[in-house]
Amino acid sequence: MTPRSGRLEFPSLTAVWIREWIVFEYYWRTRTFAAVVEPVIMLVAFGFGFGRLVSHVEGIPYIQFVGTGAVATAVLFSAVFSAMFDSLYKRRYQRVYDAMLAAPVDVEELVTGEVLFLGMRAGVYGVAPLLVAFCFGLPPEPAMLLVPLVGVLTGVGFASLGMLFSAAATTFDDLSYVISGVITPLFLVAGTFFPLNRLPEWLRAAAYFNPLYHCVELVRHCAFGLRPGADLVHVGALALFAVLAWRLAVWRTRARLVL
Amino acid sequence: MSFPEVPSLSRTFAPVSPAQAAVRMHGVFKRFGSVRALNGLELEVPGGICYGLLGPNGAGKSTAMRILTGQAVADAGTIEVLGYHLPAQSKLARARMGVCPQESNLDVDLRVRDVLAVFARLYRVPAAERADAIERALTVAGLQARAHDRAVTLSGGMQRRLLIARALIHEPDLVLLDEPTVGLDPQIRHELWSLILSLREQGATVLMSTHYIEEAERLADRVAIVSAGRVVAEGTPAELIEAHAGREVVDVYGSVAELRALSERAQANGVPTRPSGPALTYLHAGDGDEDGDWDGRVPPGRRRSATLEDVFVRLTGDYVE
Repeated sequence: MTPRSGRLEFPSLTAVWIREWIVFEYYWRTRTFAAVVEPVIMLVAFGFGFGRLVSHVEGIPYIQFVGTGAVATAVLFSAVFSAMFDSLYKRRYQRVYDAMLAAPVDVEELVTGEVLFLGMRAGVYGVAPLLVAFCFGLPPEPAMLLVPLVGVLTGVGFASLGMLFSAAATTFDDLSYVISGVITPLFLVAGTFFPLNRLPEWLRAAAYFNPLYHCVELVRHCAFGLRPGADLVHVGALALFAVLAWRLAVWRTRARLVL
Repeated sequence: MSFPEVPSLSRTFAPVSPAQAAVRMHGVFKRFGSVRALNGLELEVPGGICYGLLGPNGAGKSTAMRILTGQAVADAGTIEVLGYHLPAQSKLARARMGVCPQESNLDVDLRVRDVLAVFARLYRVPAAERADAIERALTVAGLQARAHDRAVTLSGGMQRRLLIARALIHEPDLVLLDEPTVGLDPQIRHELWSLILSLREQGATVLMSTHYIEEAERLADRVAIVSAGRVVAEGTPAELIEAHAGREVVDVYGSVAELRALSERAQANGVPTRPSGPALTYLHAGDGDEDGDWDGRVPPGRRRSATLEDVFVRLTGDYVE
């Protein structure tokens, strides 16, 4: 197969995916354990603890409100943390990226392959909280079949954001700033645990720029009734975020890996 | 833009003919901040030979290697690899190149076989040939028995062999080896030397950087001596020795003060010397006059044949590892 310069080529992307898949076969147990156990703990703690104080939010039983919100959290954490920590490890400490770039693979293909893999994995893990929520009485709906797609779209965006931060970081310590300064606010002000309409006006406005908020809304609508007009806007916002973060990640990673 | 056809990647070596240069670097400059890594590098590696880049640490050898793999972009100059122009056609060049870096970049968490399987994919070895390519690489590395062990459990020498076998998985026409034996035991070094020589015998072009003089002397058909980002001398080891150190040299031993005095006197007399630890080496001691003492300007000492080390130290200063 003749490689072509300056294009995203399928053989390069599949090679990146195969590597990720082989590595995933080594660690899938631990990652999957975390992906399933975390939402259970979250639902038990919030559902039974906080749920005693608040029975319904926006007409939805609180445990189901949190259960759908936890999908977005699972997607965010699965995508962004792997992209930040694993890729810094692969770039700086293990130098796997250096090895891959000596083969006919370009930085753009490397980053694209990585974020697509992480996005798809996040889409799968995002389903776990939903399955747990079923056990807590969330009624299954046909539209919920769209949830993995929402998860992949959101996951690609956050994986790209994670790779962007990873490319900007020199050490693992640098990433602490990102976790406290960026990830935690994104995670809390997204309507996951409480509805945004109780927030002050300015904070609510800010939340519209939080991609995770759009994911939370889409997942809730899949569970409790789609709203086509609003949902198209949410999908558009997530797609815009994903494309923007992906291009920035390619740009920063290239600056790091090609001297 | 149209590119030359690239043949299927898995096949026996299609040697680059000696007439066609495998690597051409012309007037290449590269700086990192205030450091000039390459300062007008000129290099032409003929096809089908083992070519040594010899230079002290920091001379620019690794930077030159990184530029050849497209992992660094030159500030100025023209670069051609296997007929492809870099950086524009770097991906095509990389498809026919195998690279073994100085610092290991193995996926150490993976099993040995998986390391090779991933790279067979990255180098686009066709599906039908992948299993054979992996077996062949395991044989080259002598790691058939360790195929299912994680790379991290291998000894340093085994990891280096795996790194080289990984670079050969697609039977490349050009193999770049950046300091292939640094930090290894003498036995393993000799093993790797045999491997490198067998590559050349099969028709591959090998470009090897090293700061071990013995390695260049034993393996390289031609050598470029690199210092401060430029090639300061180029030729076969014999030509370089003849031109820069002569047939014979004389080592004169003495105290530090004595050697300093001798060195100053030699310089005043126009006699080329180079420091060699506890001695001062008088170069070209066989071609001065009949008895080789340059009319008494070369003091009596231990007479021996000149080596590449004499050339290296003369041309790059007194730093040798």
